[in-house]
Amino acid sequence: MTAEWPWIAVAAMGAYHGLNPAMGWLFAVSLGLQERSRKKVLAAMPPIAAGHLLSIALVVALVGWGAVEISPRTLQLGGGIAVAAFGAFRLFSSRFHYRWVGMRVSSWDLVVWSFLMASAHGAGLMLFPVLISMPVCRTFSAAGAAPNAPLLVQTGVGVVLVHTAAMLFVMIPVAFAIYDWIGLGILRKAWINVDKIWAATLMGSGLLVLVL
Amino acid sequence: MALWKPDPSFYPSARMAIQAPPERLAYVVTFDPKTALGKSTAGKPDSLAVIDVDSSSSSCGRIVGRIELGAGNELHHFGWNACSAALCPYAPHPHVERRYFIIPGLRSSRIFIVDTKPDPRHPALVRTIEPQEVASRTGYSRPHTVHCGPDAIYMNALGAPNGEGPGGVFLLDHDSFDVLGRWEVDRGPQYLAYDFWWHLGHDAAITSEWGTPSMVENGVNPDLLLGGRYGHAIHIWDLRKRRHLQTLDLGAEQQMVLELRPSHDPTRTYGFVGVVVSTKDLSASVWTWFRDEKGWHIRKTIEVPAEPADPNQLPPALKPFKAVPPLITDINLSLDDRFLYVSCWGTGEFQQYDVSDPFQPKLTGSIRLGGITSRAPHAKGGELNGGPQMVELSRDGRRVYLTNSLYASWDEQFYPEGLRGWMTKIDCNPNGGIKVDDGFFVPFEGERPHQVRLEGGDSSSDSFCYP
Repeated sequence: MTAEWPWIAVAAMGAYHGLNPAMGWLFAVSLGLQERSRKKVLAAMPPIAAGHLLSIALVVALVGWGAVEISPRTLQLGGGIAVAAFGAFRLFSSRFHYRWVGMRVSSWDLVVWSFLMASAHGAGLMLFPVLISMPVCRTFSAAGAAPNAPLLVQTGVGVVLVHTAAMLFVMIPVAFAIYDWIGLGILRKAWINVDKIWAATLMGSGLLVLVL
Repeated sequence: MALWKPDPSFYPSARMAIQAPPERLAYVVTFDPKTALGKSTAGKPDSLAVIDVDSSSSSCGRIVGRIELGAGNELHHFGWNACSAALCPYAPHPHVERRYFIIPGLRSSRIFIVDTKPDPRHPALVRTIEPQEVASRTGYSRPHTVHCGPDAIYMNALGAPNGEGPGGVFLLDHDSFDVLGRWEVDRGPQYLAYDFWWHLGHDAAITSEWGTPSMVENGVNPDLLLGGRYGHAIHIWDLRKRRHLQTLDLGAEQQMVLELRPSHDPTRTYGFVGVVVSTKDLSASVWTWFRDEKGWHIRKTIEVPAEPADPNQLPPALKPFKAVPPLITDINLSLDDRFLYVSCWGTGEFQQYDVSDPFQPKLTGSIRLGGITSRAPHAKGGELNGGPQMVELSRDGRRVYLTNSLYASWDEQFYPEGLRGWMTKIDCNPNGGIKVDDGFFVPFEGERPHQVRLEGGDSSSDSFCYP
């Protein structure tokens, strides 16, 4: 495996989140439509990105902590079980109709909403298999060497930023394309239900981590 | 069951929903007045009747299926488990199906969950929620309106199990239909309940007022009516914080403030509500609520006067007044927010108003069917009694379906000879004007029809988060 692929995976997942209507662009478009203002669409992007970033950062920080403090095998097992269990929960439960905010939202509301939405979908958890396969994590596991804290922090920050940047890179053009010329009618045809596939993938990747 | 794509009957905006294909089936709840009034225990069971409304079908205008739901419930209003509100951006779950009807019994307080798939012509009962469950989880009784919300199924109820108030709103889980609990965090001065709806784009909810169960179940009480004790206000709420914001009082003479029809465009903040009767002159009216920088306000925009009549033709309750009150009992707003339809159950008149300017409604059409003194006939149904009451309008705004029963004990007071149930269809010109469809008449023998719901949704079933 090359050193680039985890980064490509991190960016690809960001792009996927950017494309998913439930992760933010639809909310941004609706706020613009409600006020008849393109500016509102753009203004919603930073808080949505911030909330998503926080959710991802939480998982990255936990894995980083685990890489330093607990044995690689425990991290792998604990994380794998957590990811698989969350995937199973999402796969077999359909109770996900929470109402965290309304249509009149402040920037802070949007941050909270986006954080909860990303967390509820396990956006950060999906990164777990990628994170523990990164060289910076693998070095410790292989050699039992002392953790390289600065490199760990650097990599962690890098993952969070690359993921969020990739999300925005897709989310902003999609939002404006819908707002300006495609229209929301497309939701009726193109909003494919990926929830169950997503949940199954989470479960599968968690299990994969366990047996690797 | 989750779908792969959004339910095809969900539309992001009311504008798009207008393009929906015409309905082929209508669903109507019916009840037997004898059992509803406790005059008899042996009668017809209440039911959900399925009516073929596909003009190309040979059974058009006929009841093609029904499910019986037990006697004495007095089925009244009902609604879908899910609708276009599932597309709302803050709580999206677009892959649920519009599939189940939530049908409350206004008298029994039982709530029936009925599945319209796999066979839409032969719906099946999947769950019955007993009144005790509603009472213990919410403190409410006599469930009434159902709206599919972005995050749950919202319902309301007229009062408490002991027949007094307050009435209010409660929630059902979207998937399990479990009763989740009372909605209000702070109800302020609100005590009476009837209808509720919202302006989703503004996180505002509106509730209206009729009376507590003890004030309505034995018929209109003249002392309460003349004392101005029935509801005469609407309430504005913060939908997100579940708190009472403002009471808009129409004046004590404006008795029974019933059906709420907010603009379907979520960017707007106005709507219409019908008032059954003014104790001053027996007129009925429609009021327009709106919001400006100072808050919410309400203003009378339509008044329909009482019609003088020979006392010999009037039921005992009306003889001293020598007039027929119009009694506006239901109204409905087209999805483009352009036409308002108004039922005058007393005079038998059914009106269409152009409400492009919501403060200056223009009368654009009027027909008569039944009525306390006029008994206006239908080409196929002959002389009618009862009057246009529940109004449902197709999503494209071209077809109105009317039924004629109000509420068992009140039917007896205004149509004491015994109200004969019927359903009719009115054709609407998209530029204004209405006409009775002479070929469409559904008689109901020994039972009375109430609310109508249309296949795929109608003009009062869905809420939209996008303009």
